[in-house]
Amino acid sequence: MKKTGAEIMWECVVREGVEVVFGYPGGANMPIYDAMLSYPIHHVLVRHEQGGAHMADGYARASGKVGMAMGTSGPGATNLVTGIATAMMDSVPVVFITGQVAAHLIGGDAFQEVDVTGITLPITKHNYLVTRADEIAEVVREAFYIARSGRPGPVLIDICKNAQVEQCEFIYPEEVKLAGYKPVAHAQKDLLDHAVKLIEKAQRPIILCGHGVLASKAEEILMNFAVKTQTPVASTLLGLGGFPASHDLSLGMMGMHGEVHANMAIQNSDLILAFGMRFDDRVTGTLKTYAPRAKKIHIEIDPSEVHKNVAVDVPLVGDLKTILTDLVPMVDEYDHDEWLKEISGWKTEADTRDIKNWPDDGKLYVPHLISAIWKATGGGAIMTTDVGQHQMWTAQYYTLDKPNRWLTSGGAGTMGFGLPSAIGAWFAHKDQEIWAIAGDGGFQMTAAELTTAVQEQANVKVAIMNNSFLGMVRQWQEFFFEKRYSAVNMLSPDFVKLAEAHGVPARRVTKREEVDEAIAWARSITGPTVIEFRVEQEDAVYPMVPAGAALDHMLQRPLKESGN
Amino acid sequence: MLYTFIALVENKPGVLNRVASLFRRRNFNIESLAVGRTEKPEISRMTVVVDCPNGDYDAHKIEANLYKLVNVIDVQDVTHQPSVTRDLALIKVMVGPEKRAEVNSLAEIFRARIVDVAADSVIVEITGTEDKIEGMIELLRPTGIVEMVRTGQVSMTRGVNDGVRRVQQGAVGNRYENEYEEMPEMAP
Repeated sequence: MKKTGAEIMWECVVREGVEVVFGYPGGANMPIYDAMLSYPIHHVLVRHEQGGAHMADGYARASGKVGMAMGTSGPGATNLVTGIATAMMDSVPVVFITGQVAAHLIGGDAFQEVDVTGITLPITKHNYLVTRADEIAEVVREAFYIARSGRPGPVLIDICKNAQVEQCEFIYPEEVKLAGYKPVAHAQKDLLDHAVKLIEKAQRPIILCGHGVLASKAEEILMNFAVKTQTPVASTLLGLGGFPASHDLSLGMMGMHGEVHANMAIQNSDLILAFGMRFDDRVTGTLKTYAPRAKKIHIEIDPSEVHKNVAVDVPLVGDLKTILTDLVPMVDEYDHDEWLKEISGWKTEADTRDIKNWPDDGKLYVPHLISAIWKATGGGAIMTTDVGQHQMWTAQYYTLDKPNRWLTSGGAGTMGFGLPSAIGAWFAHKDQEIWAIAGDGGFQMTAAELTTAVQEQANVKVAIMNNSFLGMVRQWQEFFFEKRYSAVNMLSPDFVKLAEAHGVPARRVTKREEVDEAIAWARSITGPTVIEFRVEQEDAVYPMVPAGAALDHMLQRPLKESGN
Repeated sequence: MLYTFIALVENKPGVLNRVASLFRRRNFNIESLAVGRTEKPEISRMTVVVDCPNGDYDAHKIEANLYKLVNVIDVQDVTHQPSVTRDLALIKVMVGPEKRAEVNSLAEIFRARIVDVAADSVIVEITGTEDKIEGMIELLRPTGIVEMVRTGQVSMTRGVNDGVRRVQQGAVGNRYENEYEEMPEMAP
């Protein structure tokens, strides 16, 4: 049966299980929007394409499915770019569909023409320029397959306007045939044997739980492995939730703002088991002194990540869940009591410096607020953040026992991610509580999406941590630039009035005693709410490994501040 | 040191751009790059010579990154394999009738050919290894080279020997057999 290119696109998209699309119409994608009306798709009209990209990203992270966002040609597509790069850096499966000028106009600088496939080449897993209707079915099928398989990532399809309106026979390609794309599932047997030997010899092993644990849905088999071998687990920022924080073997987050005992454990370990993580500079500190006595086993789906930053002894390339399933029966049971005792010694010492354990001095500290939200929500909410101090504090204090509830821009560090990704997550889990923790800076980057939340009645709770500073940059200027504050003082609008102008109920909190009541108020309302917390202006995130320092050289919160 | 890779890629628009863009993005230094068709119309073959200051470590990085491109089918490193390596150069030399014989005899020694003769210039075509071509260029330089073009190196391993494949994915080889299980697809 003959269909237009736009219809064929939707036929294929619906077959991929897509129910919600975040987008913005324009000249070059109008046929796609017209055809959409005949398909069971809920379209969310965003206020800026970047917001749409983050919503699709948040939807994908929360649901484990492929997200989808659309924009028109030219500026519509370039507005998506930050969101595409964000998804790329964090390996999130999102399919982006952009309109393009008609094929015969390409290269002629037509109205709203931009070389989108050229621009997005380095920030997509793959991209396509479609000039004919009969290419669409195969391309859409491939795009979703590439986005979700192997190391997931964003795929962009740029569809020329003529291809959207031309008609051709619709044949759904049942199979994907890609000569050059065959992700490997199992690791080589001899390397597995080698890994088993290293695990047997280890006295001070540690597991580094990365985002790959979540992407591969390997949480359960990771637990089996950790318990069987009694190996403690530290998480990367994006690996949080991959291993329950309340478990005895959990060390929490590692890296620049990681737990002291987690970083100490890494530096003193004799075997690192890196599961689905990529030794980013934010988790290793300087590579010269990184885990100097440790052998390293790296399980990773992407061969280009192996030996990239840290040379490893045993690379196991393949799907993490598959490899761990192969590996668990091969290893014996061990106990590492002394090692675990040593680690908990470091932990006890660090706890005394934890601001959470300090008495009330009448000021609002973000760690206290995050802890209050944790208590009120039982630690079970989906949390999204912007980037900066509040992001690190949320990672530290909103400890998670379950996966896919922690949505944050790790690799790219994209400000403005919090609100839109929360809206996206709401479409994945309408029954779950969702909090977007934002900074005063990041919130203003995508604040226009408040209206989107109202239009969709998305039940997301926004908490703005307003310290009237770009806090993380201010902290670096305080520590490393002799407190010469440059362009970090931030004037913000009245966030309560701003929210109310969008039709969002809002409150401002300035005192400790108002905190619990305000959180309870937000939770009692169905639909979006905003709370602005006026927090201590010049607090700093501790512990901190200065950029380029060794991982165990951490700046810790000075004890004198406690007033003890 | 210089490493030579043979990459088989899908013969589709934009693939050369993807490869070139990848090398730029990852900061690899291309010494020479030659692309052409193969015996299969759907497949193109690239011979890439890259400077690898960190030796095999860089070579692994290049292979693994090439596989990140969906259109790349196979990559092998033939640096240390017995292989046939050729470069072709066209060299236009300013030379009048009086000294033409000199160029002619030089060409004969290098098994090069004069492929065009004009009133005051000739074009010399030479095929061979980089070294041989460099040698001829040096000898022609005093005579007066006015124009030169080189194709870049192309390579093929001798006999049935393949090059080194450091990345498991590459073991599919240039026979295009699918020996590996596909990844289980996540439920849509």
